[in-house]
Amino acid sequence: MTDVALPARAVPRRPRSRGLAAFLRNRAAVAGAVVVALFVAVAVLAPLIAPYDPLKTNFLLIRKAPSAAHWFGTDDLGRDILSRLVFGARASLLAGCISVAIALGIGVPVGLVSGYFGRWIDAVLSRVVEALLSCPFLVLAIALGAFLGPSLGNAMIAIGLSAMPIFARLTRGQVLAVKAEDYIEGARAIGLPDRWIILRYVLPNALAPIVVQATLAIAGAIIAEASLSFLGLGQQPPAPSWGSMLNTAKNFLDAAPWMSISPGAAIFAAVLGFNLLGDGLRDALDPKEG
Amino acid sequence: MILSGERPILEAVALTKHFAGRRRLFGRPAAVRAVDGVSLRVRRGETLALVGESGSGKSTLGRLMLDLMPPTAGDVLYAGRNVGALPAAERRALRRELGIVFQDPFASLNPRMSVADIVGEPIWLQGDLSRADRRAEASALLRRVGLRPEHGDRYPHEFSGGQRQRIGIARALASRPKLLLGDEPVSALDVSVQAQVVNLLEDLKAEFGLTLLVVAHGLGVIRHMSDRVAVMYLGQIVELAPVDALFDDPLHPYAQALLASAPNPSPRARKARVLLEGDIPSATRPPPGCRFHTRCPHVRPVCRELQPALEEVAGGGLAAGGRAVACHFWAELAGAGAGARAALPSPAFARRLALFEARSKAAAPAEPAPSRGPAP
Repeated sequence: MTDVALPARAVPRRPRSRGLAAFLRNRAAVAGAVVVALFVAVAVLAPLIAPYDPLKTNFLLIRKAPSAAHWFGTDDLGRDILSRLVFGARASLLAGCISVAIALGIGVPVGLVSGYFGRWIDAVLSRVVEALLSCPFLVLAIALGAFLGPSLGNAMIAIGLSAMPIFARLTRGQVLAVKAEDYIEGARAIGLPDRWIILRYVLPNALAPIVVQATLAIAGAIIAEASLSFLGLGQQPPAPSWGSMLNTAKNFLDAAPWMSISPGAAIFAAVLGFNLLGDGLRDALDPKEG
Repeated sequence: MILSGERPILEAVALTKHFAGRRRLFGRPAAVRAVDGVSLRVRRGETLALVGESGSGKSTLGRLMLDLMPPTAGDVLYAGRNVGALPAAERRALRRELGIVFQDPFASLNPRMSVADIVGEPIWLQGDLSRADRRAEASALLRRVGLRPEHGDRYPHEFSGGQRQRIGIARALASRPKLLLGDEPVSALDVSVQAQVVNLLEDLKAEFGLTLLVVAHGLGVIRHMSDRVAVMYLGQIVELAPVDALFDDPLHPYAQALLASAPNPSPRARKARVLLEGDIPSATRPPPGCRFHTRCPHVRPVCRELQPALEEVAGGGLAAGGRAVACHFWAELAGAGAGARAALPSPAFARRLALFEARSKAAAPAEPAPSRGPAP
């Protein structure tokens, strides 16, 4: 109730700006955003950045330590590791984003319907979601990936389906909270159709934590993709991905440690970037505006 | 003003709402009897207030009468038609004729919609206006409730509580309702703003020919704006009376206590206090007999056994503006409670008061005595 009637012009026009300012004040969040932006730029501009062809083998340069010509060294087939890292960023980011998009695309509608309508729809959907949640995320993803067959596309589907129940449950909880607000009752009171209330009233007000969770889930999906690729269920050779690079590198941990260090560091940095970004978004979006 | 023969715009017939209570380990879950067999008629064009302390079921009754929740038993009649028996389409159309203004202006507006959308949505729902006409109508409504049309591009959080309540009123009016339920429409607002919003509601009532159903616990607001008052206690109406009659001479002991609890600024007019002891009993297990007997200062044995009915006591029938009370002994108790003036606490106090009055008269001889206007 500290709200005061400000003179008309003194008020910023858009509510978004306040969240943005809070986000920019958070240094860790900005660092995360910068790291993420950097990785996205690398993935998009991969052909321009990579010094060599990532698939070109050279039997004279097998497992060479980092040098001026090959900054991160070469792998067991003489391919340039830096170039493979740069192209591997594509697979990792793509897998992260697309699998989270799949999870959002299924999980959010399930949560909306389940939370808004309640009763038996909620009971049925919630039991399905709980059954999926009872399986650990990575185990489920590996099982689904093995079932669907090894390819990057199938890995994305497997990861997306495994991450779906988290979004369904989060959305459902948010919907239950939003549903108790007066403005939902007001919307019903004037006779608005349910579909309209869900899309215009419930979803926008439930979205903030879902966005945060999505950012964090991208980090999880990158690790999952790396894990699946490590097990041979994701990106197929010779195409590069961080996980499959680690998979090969594990055989040479003593002889050529640089083969595992750089993809591992890349995964670490990307995941950290997304996590910081997600945490920053949570802090920026959390305080109730108004 | 109101024709006695006219059909009531809204009527509750033995309306009951039980909420499922906490589940117990053994036995059936205890139901909370929020509203228990209430019959009430709202006349076209009047302002009817529902009062009572929290937990008396006044908000639930208001919501039941607007078809915002299904009753456990009983019926709601709108213009003589049973609302519960209407087909879905007609029922939805009826929603437009019954508007609601919420208590908390900070929770009742969708924070993600612009004010123009909030006010324009009910107009859009009617579906017979072009986009430009809708905007024009929304602007006109905003202007009518005292906001500027250019405020339409902003979001609710950019407004103060009073302004938000005006937005809520504009939205409620946008569907052109016949009856407006105010669910404690001003109790969340600053006192200085309350009067403005009450006056706005009264103006709009006259202008749009509305019927108002006001749920409130602020007695000042009720006295100022309502024609009739229904006093509720534990899910039942204990007294129904025209506002002046109730305030001058409350009949039911609970109504007497309720009125006596309102602070009175003038020490000379202060009335004897009926102090209520204890809390309102749990609505899961209302006391047998008269529900008020656990706290009534005039309780007698029969009160613990027999539940008094709401019976007409004066004024040629309820429809003609008479009053009704649910108490076995109202005739004996009338005037015994809140009507009687309290003696001044002590002779010393009387001396000080006389001195103060003489001084203030001497200090400002030209100024007229402050008129005791309606409280906000």
